[in-house]
Amino acid sequence: MAERKVAWKKRKDNTLIGGDHTRIDGVEKASGHAKYAADINTAGTLFARLLTFKGGAAVVKSIDTADAEKTPGVRAVHVFNGAGKELRWDGTIVAAVAADTPEQAEDGVRAIKVAYEAKPHWVDEEDLPGATAGKRTKPLGDNKKGDVAAALKAAKHVHKGYYGIATISHMCLETHGSHCEWDGEDKLNVHLSTQNVSGTGGQFAGPLGIDASNVSITCNYIGGGFGSKFAADEWGVACAQLAKKAGKPVRLMLDRATELKIGGTRPSGFAEVTIAADAEGNITVWDSHHWGTSGIAGSTISLGQLPYCFDGIPNRNRKATGISTNTGPNRAWRAPPHPQLCAVTDTVIDDLAAKMGANSYDIFMKNLDKTPKPDVYAEEMKIGAKLIDWKAKWHAHGKGGGKSVKRGLGMALHRWGGRAGATTCTVKVHPDGAVETFLGSQDLGTGTRTVIAITLAETFGLGINDVKVNLGNNSYPKANPSGGSITVGGVSGPHRRAGLEALWKIYDLVAAKYKVEADSLSAKGGKILSAGKSVCTWKQACGLLGPMPLEVQGQGPKNDGLTSQGVAGIQMADVSVDIETGIVRINELVAVQDCGLIIDELTARSQVYGGLIMGIAYALSEERVMDNRTGRFINADLENYKLPRIGDIGKLKVHMYQPDSEYERGVVGLGEPPVISTGAAISNAVANATGVRVPVQPLTPQRVLEALKGGQA
Amino acid sequence: MRPFEYARPQNESEALDLLNDHDANTAVLAGGTDLIALLQEDLQAPQRVVDIKQVESMQGIAADGDGVVIGALTTLEEISESPMLADYRSLGDVVDGVRAIQIQQMGTLGGDLCHLPNCWFYRNGYGLLALENGESLVAAGDNRYHAILGNQGPAKFVSAARFAPALIAWGADVRVIGPDAGSSEWLPLEHFFVTPKVESQGVSVLKPGQLISHVRLPATTGRVSSTYEVLQMEGLDWPLATAAATIDLDGGVVREASIVMGHVAPMPWVAHEAAQSLIGQPVDEVSAGRAGEIAVAQATPLRDNAYKVQLAKTAVKRAVLSAADMLEGAL
Repeated sequence: MAERKVAWKKRKDNTLIGGDHTRIDGVEKASGHAKYAADINTAGTLFARLLTFKGGAAVVKSIDTADAEKTPGVRAVHVFNGAGKELRWDGTIVAAVAADTPEQAEDGVRAIKVAYEAKPHWVDEEDLPGATAGKRTKPLGDNKKGDVAAALKAAKHVHKGYYGIATISHMCLETHGSHCEWDGEDKLNVHLSTQNVSGTGGQFAGPLGIDASNVSITCNYIGGGFGSKFAADEWGVACAQLAKKAGKPVRLMLDRATELKIGGTRPSGFAEVTIAADAEGNITVWDSHHWGTSGIAGSTISLGQLPYCFDGIPNRNRKATGISTNTGPNRAWRAPPHPQLCAVTDTVIDDLAAKMGANSYDIFMKNLDKTPKPDVYAEEMKIGAKLIDWKAKWHAHGKGGGKSVKRGLGMALHRWGGRAGATTCTVKVHPDGAVETFLGSQDLGTGTRTVIAITLAETFGLGINDVKVNLGNNSYPKANPSGGSITVGGVSGPHRRAGLEALWKIYDLVAAKYKVEADSLSAKGGKILSAGKSVCTWKQACGLLGPMPLEVQGQGPKNDGLTSQGVAGIQMADVSVDIETGIVRINELVAVQDCGLIIDELTARSQVYGGLIMGIAYALSEERVMDNRTGRFINADLENYKLPRIGDIGKLKVHMYQPDSEYERGVVGLGEPPVISTGAAISNAVANATGVRVPVQPLTPQRVLEALKGGQA
Repeated sequence: MRPFEYARPQNESEALDLLNDHDANTAVLAGGTDLIALLQEDLQAPQRVVDIKQVESMQGIAADGDGVVIGALTTLEEISESPMLADYRSLGDVVDGVRAIQIQQMGTLGGDLCHLPNCWFYRNGYGLLALENGESLVAAGDNRYHAILGNQGPAKFVSAARFAPALIAWGADVRVIGPDAGSSEWLPLEHFFVTPKVESQGVSVLKPGQLISHVRLPATTGRVSSTYEVLQMEGLDWPLATAAATIDLDGGVVREASIVMGHVAPMPWVAHEAAQSLIGQPVDEVSAGRAGEIAVAQATPLRDNAYKVQLAKTAVKRAVLSAADMLEGAL
């Protein structure tokens, strides 16, 4: 018998992989049958409400919950921060109340008496001199490569500018939280809105003093995570404590304002940059000092990754300064911190092109040799240029035509890792032909269930709906948390591997029974074929298993080519700018994205659409506004924390770059990359339209008009 | 939300009786698009909420001599779809700007005129004037969306009434009823709004227990109008600045004009001199632009909102051009 080798099918032999497939849980979600943590309402469930700190910084002098505990309907009160505790940002949870109704819980919250002693605060993330004077800064390192001074002298074109990108907050549609219900004294059932089903049980168990084996975590559906939902969190543990105290189940979800304030932020970055090139446009110098904040910890975007993607620039100085602010802490936000790195790199390159009087496309193209994937970027740029009609639409910077409305083009590029996350699954093939799998992973809404079903169905020659996918519970084999674009690779490899192992066992049984060569067998259309001829049905083949199901465990990643890592990707934007109002509208966005072997192109494209939309948000309107005077996160609501609606999106064109060379790489993650370069591409398009760089994203009417007034180029 | 009594009167008189219980610590519920948020945020805690949606006399749009009377409970959608209001284009422009069909269907004209400011200090619990030990938190804090005109006193928020500029530019009157059943008064809408010097003054002349029942528009007499709202977002969003213009054109030359700005001051801001500058002029880029310049000449922007001067100027120019169907090339 020939050696059996784990691999994907040849591309041309796929029936399902690479096609467009709707999600297997789509109807359940669209019809409202899917249950999220926020929906869990077992008999007697209490409602929890939070008392949060409203200010910049303070110490709790005293807290009195006696009246709250006597409030009708209130069953339990939990204090997060008692007397003497320091509160270091707006929105810090002070206490929680669980009651029979939401209104009674609110009554209970109002009945809590807290005395605070205000402390000085600093919330400005951009004002470096002010933060320095207030002793709020700390050096985060500097390093040098080559000889910047000499290269600057030798350069033909030198540009110096200021760039930045504001802090944004996580804004999950389903806020952070859980439903906790005790089963006896020491067994806890948690429905948690989490990206980390397998890894959060212990986070409850430790503080609660119970065995981790006694904590059941369930998350069948989640309304957004984007990097902010890996932990049980103090409010999750508090939910369990309230439930214990009350002797009833409790649901505690953050309210919208608190979600914005403490659910996690994407750190800001502001930079002064000098860039230079030779006469041909080859970039020879990068010199930057950047600063920003991640909250009280006082970090900013990483020093080591600037200039973003163009690692090969020969002469480079870089320095970073962190600002400690009284603001909610950061958490990973889709592709951390690549959107910020891109926002303060590709804009600089675009301004260099403007200074040279060159077509931005040409300057990016010329410098691809300094990136990790020059050939892929070049091909993707060519495709993107065709899709957006770059050649016909391009004009020199500032020549955007029109009287009050100018039009412009911009582009940017990005990269990401996307390696497969460690995952174990148990695949069961039942004697009646039914197929199911179990794994402690989670579907963030990205199509994980569907991708798994496609992988097994392709392997067994079945339909997608013939596979039952069980995930979302920590009693299943463990899987990595879903963060960093590692899930599709993480789950598809082990399922292909386990599927093949199961299939080979079934082939052996079929071969023995029907006297055919096992090597000659294939599975397609619900049948087992030998040299293309039907031998038996899938069900008949599985009947050979005997009374017990066949159970195979799949693990990954392994070095067998099913998955790999590293993607490129480019985006181009066509925008209009009203120079009398500063309003920017997207005409068209083009994304060209590689991600290795694509299992379901429909869900892949959906990922890219979602990335572009999140990108439009942070590029044009989304930002956290901290009020210096009060120290408050002053726009923590859905009116003033401005997110795009359908009308703000414009036309989106997505092209999945998938020559055979990509297929041969195996599966690579896709979740993060499409959100990275959107902001820089849009900013560059605005600069091309107006001839003026709006230095800081989001490009609000205020910033656009201020830039136009200042004429900063 | 705190507990409250809920009452549903069938006529104006019942409504006023119900509103004037509990020392008038009551609230009027019409479309609820503002009140519900105020209750949820605990910014208002009435003992009784009086749901006036069943009061028939306050519904609908009717001819009134040469003019039109609009019931305060008329929804934005009804305003947009009414043939009787088709010639008052500046009103339809406002409805178009609201964009959210939920608000268009639930929100009422009276509710819009009584809408409390969206000032983020007010909405975060610091009061209408946002004063702390006599210091204006707005002046010291982030005031990017605040007033650029009429902001020298303690009030620095901007009026949230989106229909007010258009209605005032048409010379609308408003009927205020209460507090006693039977007492009612028509007054120019321009006089309805106030810029409070102390917190208790509120944003209009309405006293506790009073409400708006109707708005009356004069005949169009061939005048043209438009409202131009500068909206950052295509979805539901509050204007950064607004202007409404009503113009009487005679052979392309302005015979009479009225210009009112919104979202630039604690109350709708009537730009008399800007309107005056148009009289005797043809409507074109130059005259409209000059009107815009004049409208903001007295602006006193705060630290963060100088950009709104440019927006208000543009809104005036574009409202004038749009009224004359001459606006081109705006986003």
